[in-house]
Amino acid sequence: MTTASIILLLPLFAALFILLVTRKRADLSAYVSVISAGVCFLLTIGLIGGSGDGGSFTWLRVGGLELKIALEITGLAKGMILVVTTVGLLVHIFSLGYMKDDGAKARYFTGLSLFMFSMTGIVLADNFAMMFIFWELVGVSSYLLIGHWFRKNSAAEASKKAFLVNRIGDFGFMAGILLLWGATGEISFSGLSQALDRETLDPGLLNWAMICIFCGAVGKSAQVPLHVWLPDAMEGPTPVSALIHAATMVAAGVFMLAKVTFLIVAAPVAASVIQHVGALTALVAALMATQQSDIKKILAYSTLSQLGYMVMAVGFSGFVYSGDALGVSASNAGFFHLYTHAFFKALLFLGAGAVIYSCHHEQDIWKMGGLLRSMPVTAITFLIGTAALAGVPPLSGFWSKDAVMAAAQNNTMLLIVGSITAFLTAFYMSRLCTIVFFGKARSEASRKAAEVPWVMRAPLVILTLGAILAGFKFAYGWFLDPEALPHPHGALPLVLTVIGIAGIVAGYMIYRGRDKDPIRVKVFARKFYIDEIYLFLVRLLQDGLAYIAKAVDQLLIDGLIVRGSARLTSGVGSLLRGLQGGNLQSHVFLFGLGIVIIIYLITITFR
Amino acid sequence: MSALFYIFSAVMLVFGVLVVVNRNPVSSALSLVVSFLGLAALFITLNAYFIGVIQILVYTGAVMVLFLFIIMLLDIKTEQRRELNYVALGGGVVVILALVSQLAILLAGFVPGKQKLSVLPDDAAVHQDVKRVGEAVFTDFNFHLQLLGILLLIATIGVVVLSRRQGRADESGE
Amino acid sequence: MMPSLNEYLMVSGLLFAIGFAGVLMRRNIIIIFMCLEMMLSAANLSLVAFWRFGSGNGMPAEGYEAQVLVFFVIAVAAAEVAVGLAIIVALFRARCTVHVDDLNSMKG
Repeated sequence: MTTASIILLLPLFAALFILLVTRKRADLSAYVSVISAGVCFLLTIGLIGGSGDGGSFTWLRVGGLELKIALEITGLAKGMILVVTTVGLLVHIFSLGYMKDDGAKARYFTGLSLFMFSMTGIVLADNFAMMFIFWELVGVSSYLLIGHWFRKNSAAEASKKAFLVNRIGDFGFMAGILLLWGATGEISFSGLSQALDRETLDPGLLNWAMICIFCGAVGKSAQVPLHVWLPDAMEGPTPVSALIHAATMVAAGVFMLAKVTFLIVAAPVAASVIQHVGALTALVAALMATQQSDIKKILAYSTLSQLGYMVMAVGFSGFVYSGDALGVSASNAGFFHLYTHAFFKALLFLGAGAVIYSCHHEQDIWKMGGLLRSMPVTAITFLIGTAALAGVPPLSGFWSKDAVMAAAQNNTMLLIVGSITAFLTAFYMSRLCTIVFFGKARSEASRKAAEVPWVMRAPLVILTLGAILAGFKFAYGWFLDPEALPHPHGALPLVLTVIGIAGIVAGYMIYRGRDKDPIRVKVFARKFYIDEIYLFLVRLLQDGLAYIAKAVDQLLIDGLIVRGSARLTSGVGSLLRGLQGGNLQSHVFLFGLGIVIIIYLITITFR
Repeated sequence: MSALFYIFSAVMLVFGVLVVVNRNPVSSALSLVVSFLGLAALFITLNAYFIGVIQILVYTGAVMVLFLFIIMLLDIKTEQRRELNYVALGGGVVVILALVSQLAILLAGFVPGKQKLSVLPDDAAVHQDVKRVGEAVFTDFNFHLQLLGILLLIATIGVVVLSRRQGRADESGE
Repeated sequence: MMPSLNEYLMVSGLLFAIGFAGVLMRRNIIIIFMCLEMMLSAANLSLVAFWRFGSGNGMPAEGYEAQVLVFFVIAVAAAEVAVGLAIIVALFRARCTVHVDDLNSMKG
């Protein structure tokens, strides 16, 4: 048993243990889960030193294809697994406090452990098939956790929506995997990389395959147009949002794309699609975030926006418009941003969770205020997280955002889009902070708010350290070569910093001391009406299909086949009944007629 | 000889038609009696003396008498003229003509039927046909004869049961 | 001019046809029954004719099986008439009619 396989399987056993043994003892279940997360974290630290193969296990052998559950530990995997286990452990500890009074703690922690298992599987996968399996498992965990409070209608709907929208993306993902497998006969990442070096494949095929595979990332990482599930996923408990929908699961799409950079380089059309979709998502999500009033929703849109940045950066691996492709360095930029984003976004979410908890599960920012005084630790960590997100140097976000924008340096339009998004990011985050932490308390709940217990404060502090330090070379150099990042030219870092600070100031000036939102842009607040459009389309399709099905059922099956045959039978019966008049002589007449015919037939036969 | 054949055939057929045509049931029955007489004569021309006599004894003597009894018993009056159903009439005529014409066509091509009646010598075995038929019935067809006897017994019982009056509790006693 | 087998058969057929016509066209059930008897007799005539010409060349058949059969037919016909008329009498007692158009409770 290699270290990697223990990291993979321990959470699964924890989940099964809770499910089968300690179901009724909620506190015990919680501790089991936390301990398993802790052990995984420690093992990960040990793993960082080593490298190479993590063991494999042949699952299925069909014809020429051998499907393995195999673990591969690349530099990328090491970085990601550190993020997953660190943030995972901190969220587990935070949940001990946040979910203290919840009625179904055992179920919650089972879900969390299951998620840890699935996410580790994605990170350590060495072939597409295994990754796909764990991709789906992560979707299942997400479904279970979003719908934790399933008795609330909106939560149940949200979990369903998440799963279904993900499924749409996964359909494309599978198509892409099959295309690649059909073209090269390989399904493992190393095998594909070698196949690409050996032979020249049809570029059209590669482009289509990559676009399909990108669909998986669009679904999982919530890019436009499959972004609609992420804001609704905020129905789940806040620690879940922090872990899954900020740091890890949604990053899986970016991780996957980073892992197959070599394919993106070979498929420039797909690369262009990826860049533009990422940029569009970043901009649109930032616009929508400026008008939201639920604290978690703002953070959700912020996540969407940052994911857009990451995807855009990864897309630039295949950039060939002027100059050569940036190749691996661009995807490294995307992954770097993923790494730093995990820390400060998890921090922001957990901070939001602390705020919600102390305001007695109030989530509307217009009902909060003045929390800087009542919850200083939370407030300060939150503000640091905001600064990191806005790209204020020398926090981690500054470095990674610079790398991302540097990756886009050759495309002016996307550069401008990125800059506008950066401004908006700073703006809405500062809006959030101004309303929530400064000013006067706007409701009874926020007046009574108190600092959260240490079990919830400690993760916040630890994550703050991560948010500050993750951008420095010692923090990321061990899995990502610092030289392999795109370097921003000239004034770009300065410009970005100025934009960030301008956004913060603007937000503070406009929202200081307000009691309701002075800017109202209905389109943004209503999320560009995308949800309504989707609902309309789905309803149209469903009603259409239902109408056709009803028509077929009523007319064809019921009318023609069932009733028609019945009517035919009774019709023939009525006809034949006419022959039996009860009249003796009509019978005899028919008798004679029959005899005449029989004699005729016999003479014909014997002629 | 053939003159006799034609005369007796004519008698049989004409009176047969009269059976069908007559309104009065008694007249119908009596016409049938005469028709059977003609038929018996035809049997005799075919040297089937036993059958001819049986025809008269059983058929006309018993069966037709029984018919007349019943007609008298039920006191059936002359049939009123009801309107003719032309469709049924037409259909019937068509069927009968079809049958007859089919028979005619068949017989035209029936080669073994062209043999003529031969005159039998006076000592031919067939003249002792009562003895021969009796022998055949009582030896080769003994079992069938017994069955026939049982059949007649059953018929008798059936007639007795069927002609009991229904629903008169004091009369039938059951 | 001796008659041939075909002529006997033709006569038998005609008698049968007349009987059939009577069954079809008469309305009185007793008359219908009588015509039925006519049809049976026509069949008997056919049987005897075939016996008479059975050996070919106008000679009768060697065995007397045909006559035995005719004998049995006549016997059974008599039994049948007896039972049939008993039924008709019972029917008359129930319905007070011998008109076949009125006896249509087996309709449909």
